[in-house]
Amino acid sequence: MTAIDLGIPGLTGVPTTDEKQSARDYKSDQEVRWCPGCGDYIVLNAVQSFLPTLGLKRENIVFVSGIGCSSRFPYYMNTYGMHSIHGRAPAIATGLAVARPDLSVWVVTGDGDALSIGGNHLIHTLRRNVNLKILLFNNRIYGLTKGQYSPTSEPGKVTKSTPIGSVDHPFNPVSLALGAEASFVGRAMDSDKAGLTSVLRQAAEHRGSALVEIYQNCPIFNDGAFDVLKDPDEAERRIIHVVDGEPIRFGREGEYCVVREGFGLAVAKSADVDASEIVVHDASDLNLSFALSRLSTQDLTHTVTGVFRRADRTTYDDGVRAQVNEAKASKAADLSKLLHGKDTWTVVG
Amino acid sequence: MIRFAGDSGDGMQLTGDRFTSEAAAFGNDLATQPNFPAEIRAPQGTLPGVSSFQLHFADYDILTPGDRPDVLVAMNPAALKANVVDLPDGGILIVNTDEFSKRNLTKVGYDSNPLEDDSLEKFQVHKVAMATLTIGALEETGLGKKDAERAKNMFALGLLSWMYHRPTEGTERFLREKFAKKPDIAEANVLAFRAGFYYGETTEAFAVTYEVAPAKLNVGTYRQITGNTATAYGIVAAAQLSKLPVVLGTYPITPASDILHELSKHKNFDITTVQAEDEIAGIGIALGASYGGAIGVTSTSGPGIALKSETIGLGVMTELPLLVIDVQRGGPSTGLPTKTEQADLLQAMFGRNGESPVPIVAPQSPSDCFDAVVDATRIALKYRTPVLFLSDGAIANGSEPWMIPDVETLPDLTVEFATDPEIFQPYSRDPETLARPWAVPGTPGLQHRIGGLEKQDVTGNISYDPENHDKMVRLRQAKIDGIEVPDVVVEDPDGNARVLVVGWGSSYGPIGAAARRVRKLGLPVAHAHLRHLNPFPKNLGEVLKSYDKVIVPEMNLGQLALLLRAKYLVDVVSYTKVQGLPFKAEELQDVLADVIKGVSA
Repeated sequence: MTAIDLGIPGLTGVPTTDEKQSARDYKSDQEVRWCPGCGDYIVLNAVQSFLPTLGLKRENIVFVSGIGCSSRFPYYMNTYGMHSIHGRAPAIATGLAVARPDLSVWVVTGDGDALSIGGNHLIHTLRRNVNLKILLFNNRIYGLTKGQYSPTSEPGKVTKSTPIGSVDHPFNPVSLALGAEASFVGRAMDSDKAGLTSVLRQAAEHRGSALVEIYQNCPIFNDGAFDVLKDPDEAERRIIHVVDGEPIRFGREGEYCVVREGFGLAVAKSADVDASEIVVHDASDLNLSFALSRLSTQDLTHTVTGVFRRADRTTYDDGVRAQVNEAKASKAADLSKLLHGKDTWTVVG
Repeated sequence: MIRFAGDSGDGMQLTGDRFTSEAAAFGNDLATQPNFPAEIRAPQGTLPGVSSFQLHFADYDILTPGDRPDVLVAMNPAALKANVVDLPDGGILIVNTDEFSKRNLTKVGYDSNPLEDDSLEKFQVHKVAMATLTIGALEETGLGKKDAERAKNMFALGLLSWMYHRPTEGTERFLREKFAKKPDIAEANVLAFRAGFYYGETTEAFAVTYEVAPAKLNVGTYRQITGNTATAYGIVAAAQLSKLPVVLGTYPITPASDILHELSKHKNFDITTVQAEDEIAGIGIALGASYGGAIGVTSTSGPGIALKSETIGLGVMTELPLLVIDVQRGGPSTGLPTKTEQADLLQAMFGRNGESPVPIVAPQSPSDCFDAVVDATRIALKYRTPVLFLSDGAIANGSEPWMIPDVETLPDLTVEFATDPEIFQPYSRDPETLARPWAVPGTPGLQHRIGGLEKQDVTGNISYDPENHDKMVRLRQAKIDGIEVPDVVVEDPDGNARVLVVGWGSSYGPIGAAARRVRKLGLPVAHAHLRHLNPFPKNLGEVLKSYDKVIVPEMNLGQLALLLRAKYLVDVVSYTKVQGLPFKAEELQDVLADVIKGVSA
């Protein structure tokens, strides 16, 4: 039985097992070597708890990473894995996904790996819609090189390489992914295991590239970067969790909501607007998804979590495989005939 | 030897190509050399816009496209100016007079019309108003003047076909197929081709015609083939011989793109081509596919190799099969994109961080690309390593007859994947080849992690242990050093040579031709040509030491010479040229003769 029988298009072709799996089965024998308190531990734990629920054969799961703290991830997973080179994981994973329809391929990357040195591969992978699940651990700092600012660091950031403050303008990873034609974009917090697991599940189910941005705390070089989102009082005014098909309200009692304003969206008090003015999330609406990603600058005044966009589009790997399979079915692989071509001549003794 | 030269929009490559096909179909041995600008349409009528195609065909086996043409066809003043220097005294010059306007002459710096002064008197000059004659021949077709004039290259081809008694059916059939969707253009080209043929027949200007009989080649079935096509076919063959799929990850670059174009046509052989976003992604995709159990291939030229270096290093570290094709061109940087050079040897050898050895295989002629690429794939699969394949612009675009191999005689390239969890260790090694197991995802019980960090011997776990690193560096080196490659064969027909000329890659033709010439002069010389640059053949040191002098001609500043001196402590004579053009047999003849005379003096 393969996952297609389970009705999970994202995993079509990947063999499943009836054997009961637990998180422990996904832990490798390698000692985890992230710093104490690193957000990566929570993400690792969430992934190891979530994967057994897919019922896939473990040997058909592959984690490919680049370079950076988060890219050590594959060593801790008892699956197949490749810890590759800086920024290139999406390219390597693309080759693997093209060659092997029977694998569930995951890319683990960070804000430096994916958005700086590997920016080109990221946008083109999303554009092609290769069937990869990309987990982008965003801690808004370079950790492994010991504390330089990253492409998601806030302007003015004082770091080892910017002693009087960074003058760089940061990327908004969700806006970037949507601009790169991503067919699935989600965001979650390392501290919210349930929210993270929900986004991971929807990513796994999606056939095509799925980019999941995970806000992740670096306790050594950028501690507390997301603290305002973790403080319960602050969080309820700032975090906007969206669910496809549901009106976008937030706050403890749903006292805030999202409404249309000009060409974009704005936050309003639910009491001040008519219920019909509250925007209903539609993950297939690219303009709405993009406007959600622009609700505030990256100063975390507002942070949307959940699935911004989910749209069906033929994946690159399925497309090229279909061409190859059609060619194989319609034309015999006759090497001798190919080598002879159209115009030959024969020399006789 | 014929050279067609014209503006890059004049269709000279097509004209040359067709004449080549006619010669091949007739059974001549042949070698060709196109030479064209990097710009797609350089300004019309200028020297930088000149495109030419040289064809050498004969009734005996030949080694090079030739140094100097016997016949030069010049379609405009720029083509004349750029090429006439190569025409020997008494050579035949056929000129399209229609383009010799004052304006065109001035454009390329002619003060007076060379067709009217005496500057061309040492040649047999034939002035033919090709455009006018073509337009006249096409008058009744109703085709506009501009379109009609564009068929003048076929007029030239027709004229040459008459001069050399070439069969014409092939070209007419070709034109009808090429322009199948535009039958009026097809007919116009056929008419222009015939007009040229009849022009030769009816005017009395051409007193002499030439018959070149079929060459006496070895018994077999032949076709004409370019280096890039032979490389692509070699990859298709390797897929069949190994029963593995191929994934080509690549980015378009001159002069390697035709390998992508060709392979993209052969999906029925389980070949997937991915045109990536950049060079780095191209090789990343190839390596990812290799990790998944396919033959990962990437194709590029020198600048692309520079970008791919880090991933080649990852291939060295993860010990996965990977075929890296470098069709060398003039460098450094963007250099001379459409010209040839052999200056990537040291980049291939050393162009990565750390001790990162890779095998290097270089084909010696267009048709040799087939066997050489099959051999490169053999090494990649058997030893689980990236392999650098160094073709070059001269081989890639040049063509020659190829005796088509019987597919039954091609080597078996099948490999075994690891399957047994009981004995599996990611970095255990085959005692004979030192290759590690190829354990592809999807194999139950073999879950493991690999990557660019140093590996612990056997287990493949991350290791920073000093002794282990030293051991692994030496193991990776020993694996490459131990690759089985055939002994180098020395060609010394007289058996008494004291001078050895050593070459590699595309210089095989000119070196071989020069060696024949000096032997005819009574000067013995031995010739050894290297297909394997890393590791070198086991007998190479002994061969080098058994001659008084070793001379190494290269289209670089002495890269092979440097390697030979370093490894064998042999004081080789390095002869170098980097003009973007292949060596001429004539110049190498002089170089060899000087050295041989020096030795015997």
